[in-house]
Amino acid sequence: MIVGGISRISGPVVLSEGMRGSRMYDVVKVGEQELNGEIIRLDGDQAVIQVYEDTTGLKVGEKVSNTGLPLSVELGPGLLSSIYDGIQRPLPLLAEKSGSFISRGVTLPGLSHDQKWEFTPQVKKGDQVTGGDVIGTVTEFHLEHRIMVPPFVSGMVSEIQSGGFTIDEPVCMLDNGHNIPMIQTWPVRKGRPYLRKMDPDTLLITGQRVFDSLFPVTKGGTAMIPGGFGTGKTVAEQTLAKWSDTQIVVYIGCGERGNEMTDVLTEFPELLDPRTKLPLIQRTILIANTSNMPVAAREASIYTGITLAEYYRDMGYDVALMADSTSRWGEALREVSGRLEEMPGEEGYPAYLATRLAAFYERAGRVVCLGSDERMGSVTVVGAVSPPGGDFSEPITQNTLRITGTFWALDTSLAYRRHFPSVNWIKSYSLYLDQVNEWFTTSGFSDWKDLRAQVMYLLQKEVELQEIVQLVGPDALPESEKAILEVTRMIREDFLQQSAYHDVDSFCPLEKQYRMLQVILSFYDRVNVAMGKGVPLSKILKLSVKADIGRMKELADIDQIKDLIPRIDGALTALEAER
Amino acid sequence: MTNVPLYTKEAKAISYVSGPLIFIQNVKGVSYGEIVRIILPTGEERTGQVLDISKDIAVTQVYEGTSGIDNKETRVRFTGEPPKVRVSIDMLGRIFDGVGKPRDGGPELIEEANLDINGMPINPSARDKPADFIQTGMSTIDGLNTLVRGQKLPIFSGAGLPANKLAAQIARQARVLGEEEKFAVIFVAMGITYKEASFYMRDFEKTGALERVVFFMNLADDPTIERIATPRCALTAAEFLAFEHGLQVLVIMTDMINYCEALREISTAREEVPGRRGYPGYMYTDLASIYERAGRIKGKKGSITQIPILTMPDDDITHPVPDLTGYITEGQIVLSRDLFRRGADPPVDALPCLSRLMNLGIGPGKTREDHRNVADQLYASYAYGRDLRRLVAIVGEEALTELDKKYLKFADEFERQFITQGDENRSIERTFDIGWELFTMLPEEELKRIKREYIQKYHPAFRKG
Repeated sequence: MIVGGISRISGPVVLSEGMRGSRMYDVVKVGEQELNGEIIRLDGDQAVIQVYEDTTGLKVGEKVSNTGLPLSVELGPGLLSSIYDGIQRPLPLLAEKSGSFISRGVTLPGLSHDQKWEFTPQVKKGDQVTGGDVIGTVTEFHLEHRIMVPPFVSGMVSEIQSGGFTIDEPVCMLDNGHNIPMIQTWPVRKGRPYLRKMDPDTLLITGQRVFDSLFPVTKGGTAMIPGGFGTGKTVAEQTLAKWSDTQIVVYIGCGERGNEMTDVLTEFPELLDPRTKLPLIQRTILIANTSNMPVAAREASIYTGITLAEYYRDMGYDVALMADSTSRWGEALREVSGRLEEMPGEEGYPAYLATRLAAFYERAGRVVCLGSDERMGSVTVVGAVSPPGGDFSEPITQNTLRITGTFWALDTSLAYRRHFPSVNWIKSYSLYLDQVNEWFTTSGFSDWKDLRAQVMYLLQKEVELQEIVQLVGPDALPESEKAILEVTRMIREDFLQQSAYHDVDSFCPLEKQYRMLQVILSFYDRVNVAMGKGVPLSKILKLSVKADIGRMKELADIDQIKDLIPRIDGALTALEAER
Repeated sequence: MTNVPLYTKEAKAISYVSGPLIFIQNVKGVSYGEIVRIILPTGEERTGQVLDISKDIAVTQVYEGTSGIDNKETRVRFTGEPPKVRVSIDMLGRIFDGVGKPRDGGPELIEEANLDINGMPINPSARDKPADFIQTGMSTIDGLNTLVRGQKLPIFSGAGLPANKLAAQIARQARVLGEEEKFAVIFVAMGITYKEASFYMRDFEKTGALERVVFFMNLADDPTIERIATPRCALTAAEFLAFEHGLQVLVIMTDMINYCEALREISTAREEVPGRRGYPGYMYTDLASIYERAGRIKGKKGSITQIPILTMPDDDITHPVPDLTGYITEGQIVLSRDLFRRGADPPVDALPCLSRLMNLGIGPGKTREDHRNVADQLYASYAYGRDLRRLVAIVGEEALTELDKKYLKFADEFERQFITQGDENRSIERTFDIGWELFTMLPEEELKRIKREYIQKYHPAFRKG
């Protein structure tokens, strides 16, 4: 083991001498208190270390010992419903050990090594297995946790166990002497291997109308949510974590508020997944590195999170990863880079910011997993971005834009008028429209593309008309254009706005979204016909059916929404007859 | 730090002085973040803290400033300890300086504990969910942006706007309904004038709350660098009172902009790479280490609620200080010059205001079932009315539809009746009543944000009928 001594301390960065022979990203124990750290630069005899804990009290000359291992996480049954800090220390255990405040120099394993899990084998003696093959299963809550042969290991099964085991006990022996326990460890900065990447083509159903119907993201896709403070990034991330139709959700609170994590921790056990009717917490892993916890661990938390996500992907599951907020991660990079006295790039961020961001988002994707059964899994990444002053031209927003597929731009002025989710429909976009169109068609929503195009056209038209209204007043518009403004108001208020707290409205099934769009657009079409026959707009606006359209998001029964179309027709036919 | 040094290291070892920093040579065994005593040739003693150490240089920031320090005769002594503050329940009713020494001429504090001012981060899994509704008696806060115990809700003000009056009124009126619990106010002055500080003191005196208040004063003419320690000392005292003595603590910190200026001063003196507007890149983390000390802890009775006040330079909400603050705190109350001129009192601009924890403190059993709906509807209608004002400025009021004219009037009355309240202490029911009265100005079908059953139950038109 390499042991050196501290030669300089500056905030979270420590220099150590006598470290020759160390490798980049090796984990080291710093000082008498054995604080956790990681080597981020080697220079001759010296190593630069970022320390994951507060460095107050360290002295020059204290020893630094290299563990010889990269920063790794423990993977195995027991991850679900856990809450970890940025380096996979379970926070409830940490609280038991050191009280309500986080003290330093505590090392804890990520998984319980005492708990026994009921292992059911899926291979038999004599089977040929290779990296990624499922050798058996364990039930973790209600999920079938598949125990896999670690990557790069293969051989013939010489012995296979069945029954209750801890994660350290070998459950499978290979003829070449490999013993396979249920636990795997994996370095967080290295993506877990897969056979090949596929094009993402399945819609990630989030139950949010503005996301699913207008700016969809696919399973295995990437999305970003930038927005100034108070625009609802965190609510959006949490809503996605609640309602996304994936088997697993990894939620990373990266440099955000402590009370928000508490909120998730108390709310998720009570909420039920609308599809499986099981508590949401049972499919969720939380990583909480709040803004007052050490900066270097914040940098690591993103990698810890995605490695856990990849592990479940490898089992053949769909995983959604929410990172709130990647800006704080970028700031951690900047802080460490500043301490290293590196030449700064834009706004003080290091020049490698874009590379790091791209490397992170590229770990998302829909893949054919390792193993001989060619199962498919996916990791979807949704990253929140907090641009200073809500200015999207800053480096993190711009660099993230280049690599993500869906862009949900949150808008301060919409948030001010309590239009939530405050997604700006003019600025936002999705690059997955063509891929999901096929999916919509095969799922029975064949004209989704046309409906969406029509809605987008009307919303764009509204912007143009509003400009005219600002100049000359609404009276100057012809009746037909006033009708457009009425319909777009309907789209905005009755369709795009969605309450995250309403018991029915918080999750809107895809069919309901589709029917709601149909109702609004058929209203528009029918109004145009009626106005062609001389019915004045002012009369149409007084129709009671209009108020019912405004209430349709509160309806749980889709048939009641369908019924609106004949009612619209009936009401307008009556008006036409009056003429 | 538990290990007591066997000898104290004292030396004439200053090699370089720049701004608030001194560089000390030939040091051995100095620990990062420890406190340094600096003894000037005149015998005066000052305090510093180690910011960076390498083999032979320790960079130290001097809290009281470096004027008079030379690099020949001035001696330094390392204490081996991080900065600490003495705390005790007897702090209530006392006045301290920016680093926690009494400045009211009273006796030295008999300490119950001597604590590291940097504290330690609260374990997120040990946090308890903030849930208790605090009635501040202000309609714009209670009705629209509810404050709950354990929240941090800053007031964004502008130069010349009455943020102090609002903060003092909140401190005076705030209470949790149906409970009589022990509370304390910790008032942290950072770089404000004597006049401002004495305004608060008089106000607390008038209401007889003075013996429940702890003052930490770093006034405008006190050393700038001390300001770095002031909020930390105060919050350490707050944590002690809340989590050891079970008090409900309200911390008012003013003015955060002065704190950030001090931070920038040190960063510049250290020749660090500056971030936006010269503020250091780590300002977010630094501010978080202050604001995140608000909250509640499972199994403890007390709580810490923070109301930081900051003056937005040139009323610019995108300035780094309000911007980063807004990203950390759980909402914000924004004062507006425009409303101030229109005579609104308090001049709270409802639109950019927000309370992220509002939903935890409202609803049946806490305030009333229609609270969320009423707040949403007030917001939506007011926002629309405000948009129309801009339109009217261009095309005139005649060009508006009948409905739009109603909205325009609604916005005016909302500011006049709902926002403006002067010194009145409004109950939450009174706030709702005003809200529903305002809704009678609009047709019922426009009240889309409110559930039908609530309209039938609370709308004055139905109640009378």
